[in-house]
Amino acid sequence: MKLPIYLALLHRSEQSLAGAFRVVADGHAAEPDVYSVCQLLAGQCDEHVRALQPAVQRYGEADEGDEPENLHHSGPSRTRSGPVGLLRDLQDLYVLASLVDVTWTMIKQAALGLRDIELRSTVEDCEGQTSMQLDWLRTRMSQAAPQALIAAR
Amino acid sequence: MVDRIADIWGSRTPFQRGATWPVRVDQKLADGLSDADVDRWVQSACVLCSNGCGCDIAVKDGRMVGVRGRAVDIVNHGRLGPKGLFGSWQGMASDDRLTSPLIRRGGQLVECDWDTAMSAIVERSRALLAERGPLSHAFYTSGQLFLEEYYALAILGKAGIGTPHMDGNTRLCTATAAAAMKESFGSDGQPGSYEDIDECDAIFLYGHNMAETQTVLWARVLDRIEGPDRPAVVCIDPRLTPVAQRADVHLAVRPGTNLALMNGLIRELLHHGWVDEQYIRDHTVNFEELRETVEPWTPEAVAEVCGVPADDVRRAARIFGTSQRVLSTALQGFYQASQATASSCQINNMHLLRGLLGRPGCGVLQMNGQPTAQNNRECGADGDLSGFRNWANAAHVQELADLWNVDIDVIPHWAPPTHAMQIFRYIEQGSIDFLWVSATNPAVSMPQLPRIRDILGRTELFLVVQDLYLTETARYADVVLPAAGWGEKTGTFTNVNRTVHLSEKAVEPPGQARPDLDIFLDYARRMDFRTKDGGPLLTWEGPEDAYRAWQDCTRGRPCDYTGITYERLRGGSGIPWPCNEEHPDGTIRLYGDGVFPTDPDYCETYGLDLATGAAVSEQAYRAGSPAGRAILRAAQYHPQHEPPDADYPLSYTTGRTVYQFHTRTKTGRARQLNQAAPSAWVEISVPDAARIGAAEGDIVRVASRRGEIVVPARISDIREGTVFAPFHYGYWDAAGAAPAATAANELTMTEWDPVSKQPNFKNAAVRIEKVADGAGPAPAPTTAGSHPAAGTDVPATRGGAPGEASETMGAAVPPGGAIQAARS
Ligand code: SF4
Repeated sequence: MKLPIYLALLHRSEQSLAGAFRVVADGHAAEPDVYSVCQLLAGQCDEHVRALQPAVQRYGEADEGDEPENLHHSGPSRTRSGPVGLLRDLQDLYVLASLVDVTWTMIKQAALGLRDIELRSTVEDCEGQTSMQLDWLRTRMSQAAPQALIAAR
Repeated sequence: MVDRIADIWGSRTPFQRGATWPVRVDQKLADGLSDADVDRWVQSACVLCSNGCGCDIAVKDGRMVGVRGRAVDIVNHGRLGPKGLFGSWQGMASDDRLTSPLIRRGGQLVECDWDTAMSAIVERSRALLAERGPLSHAFYTSGQLFLEEYYALAILGKAGIGTPHMDGNTRLCTATAAAAMKESFGSDGQPGSYEDIDECDAIFLYGHNMAETQTVLWARVLDRIEGPDRPAVVCIDPRLTPVAQRADVHLAVRPGTNLALMNGLIRELLHHGWVDEQYIRDHTVNFEELRETVEPWTPEAVAEVCGVPADDVRRAARIFGTSQRVLSTALQGFYQASQATASSCQINNMHLLRGLLGRPGCGVLQMNGQPTAQNNRECGADGDLSGFRNWANAAHVQELADLWNVDIDVIPHWAPPTHAMQIFRYIEQGSIDFLWVSATNPAVSMPQLPRIRDILGRTELFLVVQDLYLTETARYADVVLPAAGWGEKTGTFTNVNRTVHLSEKAVEPPGQARPDLDIFLDYARRMDFRTKDGGPLLTWEGPEDAYRAWQDCTRGRPCDYTGITYERLRGGSGIPWPCNEEHPDGTIRLYGDGVFPTDPDYCETYGLDLATGAAVSEQAYRAGSPAGRAILRAAQYHPQHEPPDADYPLSYTTGRTVYQFHTRTKTGRARQLNQAAPSAWVEISVPDAARIGAAEGDIVRVASRRGEIVVPARISDIREGTVFAPFHYGYWDAAGAAPAATAANELTMTEWDPVSKQPNFKNAAVRIEKVADGAGPAPAPTTAGSHPAAGTDVPATRGGAPGEASETMGAAVPPGGAIQAARS
């Protein structure tokens, strides 16, 4: 069964995403909304990591060697500067959050197949928040893009 | 004669539920004048708060010499408050009015003619458009212009320049009211009416010190309170305001915890079954999510977080749950606080859960701060789209493109509109280099002033300021334009409960000052903005042309003005929109039929996530299928972002005093008002004062992470751990080269609500220390929220002879006959 590989992937991706939100929050603290929302979303990711714990314990986590290499994503360790830098950093978050989002979908499929009610309800609690994270990133980037790409010096 | 400085609300005219509020006509004339001296009376309404009291301006020898409340007006039944009586006409007539345009030459502002000033603006505007495009331009306007002026500005900005960077100081005052109504009901539009005061059994005031912010409305409440069947009053406010003093339950919550309280009140309603299940089923969506969200908020949990007794939470909820008719009002204590929109939506939810909307006595008043804030929201000179249209609905944008006869893509609908705080950020970063400020004073009213001053002072920024006086902001300008104001120009405006008034020109403006509308039209002409067919974009000659165009823009929208003409507004009362063929006499209350403007093709927004501000897509909105039902928006409470800590142990909050408005541009120039509240202070509690060894009037330094102020302390009944500063006191009248810092916003944070984008002025962490003995009591009025703590000996605030105004009781039959007959 390969579910443990995907659980491990999701587990680590949520951890990376939490870290990434915090890095972007601190790096772009001059944008108060980016700061406060990224902190909030980082907290959601922490919650997701905790929520996954029982499933990880039940199914085990595959060791890293089992994971297809190109699925591994670590978040940024530092941010860029300026309006385009903000856009790029939000875009990186978007890529990472998309990976998390689609991984939840796959875990959900597995939970349905296994008739694992507990795992399924964990997914249902978390996937909505992840998709809202994507919505926020998209909203914030749409706001920033015209100014950054056309008018910024 | 009554001393209306000492007696803010005037004499009582008590009445019982369901009766009509009696008429009392208030009048003030300049010293030594009597009625016989007045040449003529000119119809208007007061612009010194959002209440919209109808009044007539007394004119003698071409000057405004006084004011009288209009007995026929449904808003005030003849009454006026202190600001209206003293501030409205005297505030226009100070010797230091701007009478000529000014232009910066060699670092100094010097007088010039209009052609020079406008040519300089147009030259810079054209150059920037050519070089960097529309995104280099921003407009920051007001809540104090007239409807016609906002609509002109909206068109020239959105269809002439094509910039998304348009906002008003309404962002600081009323953005959350609009956002909460959009999120709950699908569109802006006040559900309730002032008449609900006459009919209610209970009134809830959420962060709304109505006694000081809308004094005439509070007089109406007082007349019910002193009538034979007093409504229960519940007040949510950290200060012992005049409202709190009259309350049955006063919840002095810790700043920053409103949402926790609201979730707790809703939980009480649900657990006691104080809900209308049929109404919830038929007229709302999202009940389950709301139920789950509030479930953890027991009265004890609320008590813990908000610092109020659990039993008071129970009592407040019981009053709401068991009164037959409840009116709720909300203002800055909710709008300028953390989780502003989420908290304000819960007020709507309380009413939706019980079906208490659209019937006499059952209403919500999501208040405005300023007199014409409503019109800015309607016209879209701020971040909204004209006529409550939906930015994300291409058909709505196309309607405007057709009305204005421009290509749809000129209208900047491809990105969310830029809110004020973000406009200032773009200036800071150098991507906006042209800012036109009209009728507002960000150098005093925005948060974190040291930063705002740096931004306004940027050499790359071309700053145009259009105002009555040389404000703190105007001192940074490249070009200053002298504007005509109230009584010097004609136009309409709309108050909190949708009542439209006409304000006629009574006198000529001083010197070369011109109406704001003329200035905007002149700019549009000089910029040569064109329609698709090559004709001029704005062809209006005067305000009535603009108004007629506006009527066309509102046809079929929630704010339908098509039945309200200038002619109909002359002579009688103001009229509440919507007014059209279906509602020929206007509309007292909205949503009596339980049908809300949430239909996806009609609504003003598809909504934003309350926690993050993420835009809900059209698809997701349609999936929720509100279709005419209200949306019970729910949100988790989160602690504020700058809680008090060891270094900054106190909570800081800001607000108004009854005698001043905004940055005192007018009220500070009316001697009665200015003497009553001449300079800045802070309020601290008795235990906090003891801790720093301060007595009444001692000079204290209040510091946050961003700045400090040094002002006298009023030791008051404010809740322990909280410090309050009035936000009116900038520097235009300060003596000396380096005046002491007094502006409340030196300390506030740059932070805003994720949905309404309204800045959070109501909580910052501060520390306080005594720096000197005082020379007497603090200059804070004793008559209202800043009254001294019990046992402190401070002379009472009085107006004396200059503060006297006349009251005429029962001078006429109370207004409202025709409209009352028509109401549902
Ligand atoms: S209540 Fe407001 S509108 Fe009425 S007189 Fe006072 S300031 Fe003017």
